[in-house]
Amino acid sequence: MTETPKINPETLAKRIFKTAIEVTGPLLFVDLKGKAGVSYGEIAKIKLPDGEIRSGQILEVSRDIAVVQLFEGTSGMDVEKTTIQFLGETMKLPVSSDLLGRIFDGRGEPLDKQPPIVAVDEWPINGSPINPYARQYPREFIQTGISSIDGLFTLIRGQKLPIFSANGLPHNEVAAQIARQAAVLGAQAEFAVVFAAMGITAEEAQYFRKEFEKSGALDRVVLFLNLADDPAIERILTPRLALTAAEYLAYECDMHLLVILTDMTNYAESLREIGAAREEVPGRRGFPGYLYSDLASIYERAGRIKGRKGTITQMPILSMPNDDITHPVPDLSGYITEGQIILDRGLHRRGIYPPINVGPSLSRLQKEGIGKGLTRRDHKELADQLYYANARGNDLRNLVAVVGEESLTEEDHRFLKFADDFEQKFLKQGRDENRNIFESLDIGWELLKIFPNPKRELKRISEETINFFHLERRDPKINYNSRDV
Amino acid sequence: MSTKRVGKILKISGPVIEADGMLGSSMYEVCKVGEEGLIGEIIKIKGDVCTIQVYEETDGIRPNEKVIGTGAGLSAELAPGLIGQIYDGIQRPLPLILEKTQDDFIRRGVIAIPLEYDKKWPFVPTIEKGAKVTAGDIIGTVQEGPVVNHKVMIPPKVSGTITSIVKADDYTVLDPIVTVKSNGTELEIPMLQKWPVRFGRPIKERLEPTIPLITGQRVFDTFFPIAKGGTSAIPGGFGTGKTVSQHQLAKWSDAEIVVYIGCGERGNEMTNVLEDFPKLIDPNTGEPLMNRTILIANTSNMPVAAREASVYTGMTLAEYYRDMGYNVALMADSTSRWAEAMREISGRLEEMPGEAGYPAYLASKIAQFYERAGRVSTLSTAERQGSITIIGAVSPPGGDFSEPVTQNTLRITKVFWALSKDLAARRHFPAIDYLNSYTLYTNELAPWFAENVNPRFQAYRSEAMVLLQKDKELEDIVQLVGPEALPESEKIILESARMIKEDFLQQNAFNEVDSFSSLEKQWLMLKIIIDFYHKMGELYNLGVKLPEMMNLPIIDKITRMKYIPNDNVGKELGAILAEIEALQVDAITNRIGGRMMTDLTDK
Repeated sequence: MTETPKINPETLAKRIFKTAIEVTGPLLFVDLKGKAGVSYGEIAKIKLPDGEIRSGQILEVSRDIAVVQLFEGTSGMDVEKTTIQFLGETMKLPVSSDLLGRIFDGRGEPLDKQPPIVAVDEWPINGSPINPYARQYPREFIQTGISSIDGLFTLIRGQKLPIFSANGLPHNEVAAQIARQAAVLGAQAEFAVVFAAMGITAEEAQYFRKEFEKSGALDRVVLFLNLADDPAIERILTPRLALTAAEYLAYECDMHLLVILTDMTNYAESLREIGAAREEVPGRRGFPGYLYSDLASIYERAGRIKGRKGTITQMPILSMPNDDITHPVPDLSGYITEGQIILDRGLHRRGIYPPINVGPSLSRLQKEGIGKGLTRRDHKELADQLYYANARGNDLRNLVAVVGEESLTEEDHRFLKFADDFEQKFLKQGRDENRNIFESLDIGWELLKIFPNPKRELKRISEETINFFHLERRDPKINYNSRDV
Repeated sequence: MSTKRVGKILKISGPVIEADGMLGSSMYEVCKVGEEGLIGEIIKIKGDVCTIQVYEETDGIRPNEKVIGTGAGLSAELAPGLIGQIYDGIQRPLPLILEKTQDDFIRRGVIAIPLEYDKKWPFVPTIEKGAKVTAGDIIGTVQEGPVVNHKVMIPPKVSGTITSIVKADDYTVLDPIVTVKSNGTELEIPMLQKWPVRFGRPIKERLEPTIPLITGQRVFDTFFPIAKGGTSAIPGGFGTGKTVSQHQLAKWSDAEIVVYIGCGERGNEMTNVLEDFPKLIDPNTGEPLMNRTILIANTSNMPVAAREASVYTGMTLAEYYRDMGYNVALMADSTSRWAEAMREISGRLEEMPGEAGYPAYLASKIAQFYERAGRVSTLSTAERQGSITIIGAVSPPGGDFSEPVTQNTLRITKVFWALSKDLAARRHFPAIDYLNSYTLYTNELAPWFAENVNPRFQAYRSEAMVLLQKDKELEDIVQLVGPEALPESEKIILESARMIKEDFLQQNAFNEVDSFSSLEKQWLMLKIIIDFYHKMGELYNLGVKLPEMMNLPIIDKITRMKYIPNDNVGKELGAILAEIEALQVDAITNRIGGRMMTDLTDK
């Protein structure tokens, strides 16, 4: 690990400057007066004229000038009395297993009125890229208890699967339900949760806390809270702190982590603010050109590593401004994450919870994480069939809206009915309803009973699978609630 | 080279630093930056101040730290040992980094040489003392793994008379193996060559691309084939299957060498390749795919400057094997990330931006890259041919093909495989838009297909395309008036087009059998569908109704024909064709008969 060497107090004293020359947006320019030794990425403490202390980080440094980004903003700063002290090290998070059960603010300072944790080590918050050669491909199924996710967009341990949502949609409920119910089939190991809030309201944060409390999981949760009224620039740090905590717990304490990051759109907007203050050439919609790389440096910190027990599964939540999936944040996220779960306003209006839009939702890691020994042998084919039948039913719905039901064939009618049942019975479920994977799959089979001639109408399922798993052909002597059947 | 220059850092801004005291440095010269000696490359010179892009994180670096110029540009090391490797963007082997540091994370400042210098390779000379050689001439061979016969060549710019050559034995890549005398000086040449990655390796001449690259993917081979030495772009929004398509091409293409560049993409995807390729068997050689593959992995969270370099590194390795006379396929996933890396660096240089913030030289950089593809006659005394086929994935923001990277790529590539969000949402995979995609190699490749597959292949292909086009027009009408309003003859077109889409174009990459389709299988499948379409027309003229036709047992056979193994297709698909041929109307009952009468009852 490359770390800037700790600097002794004497040199530290020399690194105090009273030479701020410009304040703009969240940035402070400091004249270094030719004194060398300040490094790129170094953190600084800034003392305001009224005695308040704020923190910042160097964004650019030359022999003469350092550009410091202020996490808590620059209001109240002047260029005359403000004092800047560079601390000689890059941003680090003190880590130990005591992180569990604690609540921090968006900069990693305790919020729960308890003393700072007794650190075993200090980890740089930017992390380092995992060597692709050291990665292990994620294959373990996580049961979330939500039929649509388990059945159609299976979450895998070590995956990064975001929820694309929008104003007024129940993404928090979905995320909390997943955090509460997530379990690995046949394993006792429970998930620890790292929760990073970026710019969400105090009410929303409270909701999550209550949810964790309700399930008695608060001692397995680490919270980093940057709320809507907290400094926006601080949000640049929050997900990195959260992931550093997660990496420590996963790779040093052998735990399985679920990291919830909400809301990534707020994060990206803070990044845009800094970019604008630095007068950078903007990319799409004013977001900086490096937004992709920056988001990747967060999302890619999910995964599994060969020979290590712990894993990091990420569930970022991001809101699509104006429900627009082509907005840079959902768009670039979709290119980095391994699938996406998209919430839909139409379904929500019809009272379907969780309102997951089956069409464009996807789990890229599903194919390797399901099947015999993992979930059940029929899973893949059944999922394809459900998906296909629902898509066809939805297409017909649109057609009916134009030409009426009369011109439909009998088969078409069955697909229409299927799509309705699918919404009501498969998609829709209670906020506390925890269905195991076999229940979810069998609801699927139940719905397919509508097709009287399965061999002909269920083209996505092989004859062999139909003969074995179709509800009307099951062998009462066989236990179908098994992943090895 | 001149003496090493040592400059001092002036300014640090992310991956870009400025240093002064660098007078005499040249563009694209590699430098060691800071006390840790991070690798960087000079991208701008102004007086004695150089701007350097650094291939590693720059946190903690300070002004006034030293910068040392190495006097050489970023070069790839070329010798036996490349095959089966996985490198980062500047050719550092990832397994070696892991082994050396015993760390699962890549920390910066790791120095790892691309090839094992102490490993001995069995060299067999193929030339004798006294022979006259020029650049590119083969002087011997090394068996590099079970598949690749590595040709050791005289490096570019060298020619003369062989004054000594070693006998067949095991040598390291650094051991001198020949001595060449030219213009009075003797030159000792080892197996190892170095080549600056930003420059194409020289060739004798370019040849016309007349041979298709067979990929085993029906939509590519049959509908939009690419030539060996051709260029193609696969643009598509996220979730449309760019990466799966690229993986399929890397797996099944009949190239002898595959270079796969994971440029700014997901770490797990590279891991997937690393786990799959050693297990999958190449249908052409019967050996694991890894034995012909080189991977370049610069994932999205690895330093952005190295991402920019990764496509050149991969291209140089591809050219080296092309020069040996091999057909190389190069996959770049995704060229958009490469372009974004250029944009990021350009932004840090405060260059005047062009469209969407990309630098003004974006178009020329893309063009230069794709122009390194081609089928060529290689540099050597004896005639030898090799090729590089480039298949570049493009990730347009918002799936909008009008953005600069897609547009500039399409100006230069000759094959366009457009991925469609609509098809992907229907789980029609590969989600290649069969109406918008195109290939400009049709005429060049037609003779090959006529000779090697079937003289009527092109005619059948065209007929299928016409059906798909008509289907599109009819679908628009159906959306307005409903399917029942169409006359029976047009419903036949709809049914046939549905067969082309579902039973031919859709191909399951994760099914062991369907993943790869031999050309014979593709041809027979196409023939079955088109012949059946003709037969439906005949039957219809004789008064048979469409629902009756759709109830024929042959329909189920057509639906499942893609799952017939490649070895059996001649027999089994031949039987289906015969069955179609035999379908006829019974004059007495006015129902469909023929010799398959017994099959009529549903099992």
